[in-house]
Amino acid sequence: MVTSLGRRSIGLVTGFGQFGRFLGNVARALPDVRTWGGLTAQQMRRLGVDSLPIALFIAAFTGIVLALLASYVMTGAVPPYLVGTLVTKTITMELGPVLTGLALAGRVGANIAAELGTMRVTEQVDALETLAYNPYAFLVIPRVLAGLVMFPVVVAFAMGMGIFTGWLTATNLLPITNAEFMRGARLFFMPFDVWYGLLKSASFGFVITLIGCHLGLATRGGAEGVGRATTRTVVYSAEMILVLDAYWAVTLLRGHFQ
Amino acid sequence: MIEFRDLYKAFGANRVLEGFTLEVRDGETMVIIGYSGTGKSVAIKHVVGLLEPDAGQVAVDGQVVAELSRAALTGLRATIGFVFQFAALFDSMTIFDNVALGLRRRPGISEGDIASRVAEALALVDLAGTERLMPAELSGGMRKRVGLARAIALKPRYLLYDEPTTGLDPVTSAVIDQLIVRTREALGVTSVVITHDMRSAYTVGDRIAMLYRGRIRQVGTVAEIRATADPVVRQFIEGRPDGGRAAERASLSQTGQELGLEGVDA
Ligand SMILES: Nc1ncnc2c1ncn2[C@@H]1O[C@H](COP(=O)(O)OP(=O)(O)OP(=O)(O)O)[C@@H](O)[C@H]1O
Ligand SMILES: [Mg+2]
Repeated sequence: MVTSLGRRSIGLVTGFGQFGRFLGNVARALPDVRTWGGLTAQQMRRLGVDSLPIALFIAAFTGIVLALLASYVMTGAVPPYLVGTLVTKTITMELGPVLTGLALAGRVGANIAAELGTMRVTEQVDALETLAYNPYAFLVIPRVLAGLVMFPVVVAFAMGMGIFTGWLTATNLLPITNAEFMRGARLFFMPFDVWYGLLKSASFGFVITLIGCHLGLATRGGAEGVGRATTRTVVYSAEMILVLDAYWAVTLLRGHFQ
Repeated sequence: MIEFRDLYKAFGANRVLEGFTLEVRDGETMVIIGYSGTGKSVAIKHVVGLLEPDAGQVAVDGQVVAELSRAALTGLRATIGFVFQFAALFDSMTIFDNVALGLRRRPGISEGDIASRVAEALALVDLAGTERLMPAELSGGMRKRVGLARAIALKPRYLLYDEPTTGLDPVTSAVIDQLIVRTREALGVTSVVITHDMRSAYTVGDRIAMLYRGRIRQVGTVAEIRATADPVVRQFIEGRPDGGRAAERASLSQTGQELGLEGVDA
């Protein structure tokens, strides 16, 4: 029991050490713009195309549920237009970024880990190096930049979709008019909400792609190793999303409360 | 010149290279033979810095590979072509891009030049017209030849071939052997060829070295190796199921087990 705990904490420490070295290698590859510059656009396109459908799908259903939930919780107690407030605030600040992030940890993170893991075990990464390329510049930076830039874009679309289906549900299934919903949505709206949601999304995109690249490149031992890298990427990314979510809430929301 | 100086490399308890010393002279083709799993691939990966030695050094033109800065290592790698045992083609890229990738790294080479160099290299390995295919659409042997083309297209000063003919039919093997010989004549390149195929070793090699139990058992010209008196080398080049190695194994099996060597040549 104690030894297994000890072994696990040693594993954790060496894990962080390896991740630190990985980050160092990425930072050192940054000046090599000639290599990663051209590849980033391609990764951005791929990431966007890969993730938009699933993000929109999730957001659409979240919007419906949120509208119904809001009206159920607040029946009689508060004016109905607050359904509009609740739907927009929750989608932009929390559920849009977090649900999309979690889904994309599975879609994008796993994808990257599997791809780079396969490249590692089939010696494609070694081949890149012998062709005088830096794999961090060639493989990692384009993917991480794409995550950083494209996650907020994808989440912005998801926000739009969630609010739209929330509005559709409220005006069609609930005794709420278009004007009331709009009033609620505008009443407490602050541009900060959107920035907050998009900033969070960027941080999720950054972390998911970094973890996927790191565990992918660190893959050892054939197909089984690739499978392990993929699963661990999804688990660690999901954990990091929740941790970051709390971190941003503590650092950015607490000030507004006081 | 490539020098392996008293190289040691272990993976955990698996001690692969133990005092590997070998000198590859400028312009020659050195063939390395040896049983499967003895560390031939591990040895040549040290030349391009894909692995770092536990002890000892590998030097190329007098520069110790493991001590080079990142930029210097990149510069060195640009002068070495490496043919991977399992091709290691980039499976998300077309054959053209696979072969062109290394060339794109070269300063001052136009897309037009790249296209003609790629076409030329693919023609040399008898794969003209496959530019637009993806690696998954090729057979194993074809992929291997693309790997060869990718290295040759760079016109490097050094070429390291890791089992270039394993898994190819006899005629294609002979064509590849010829290609290795011709590449050397045309480019004056210094090469290391790893192979199990003795016919190929005799055709392409100036000298042959046998790796056995982590070090070089014997190195000599083709004629010297063919006339060897060493029972281990004899058995290997003649491909006999029993011989010097079996006799040595019986006497060494105790030590071998202690060293964790059992099963290495199963
Ligand atoms: N990256 C690695 N990590 C751990 N062990 C390794 C690694 N690379 C090689 N080995 C081990 O080193 C030993 C030698 O492997 P190597 O690939 O050099 O053999 P080889 O002589 O090229 O054999 P073959 O003729 O079958 O290709 C093997 O026992 C192998 O398991
Ligand atoms: Mg090998």
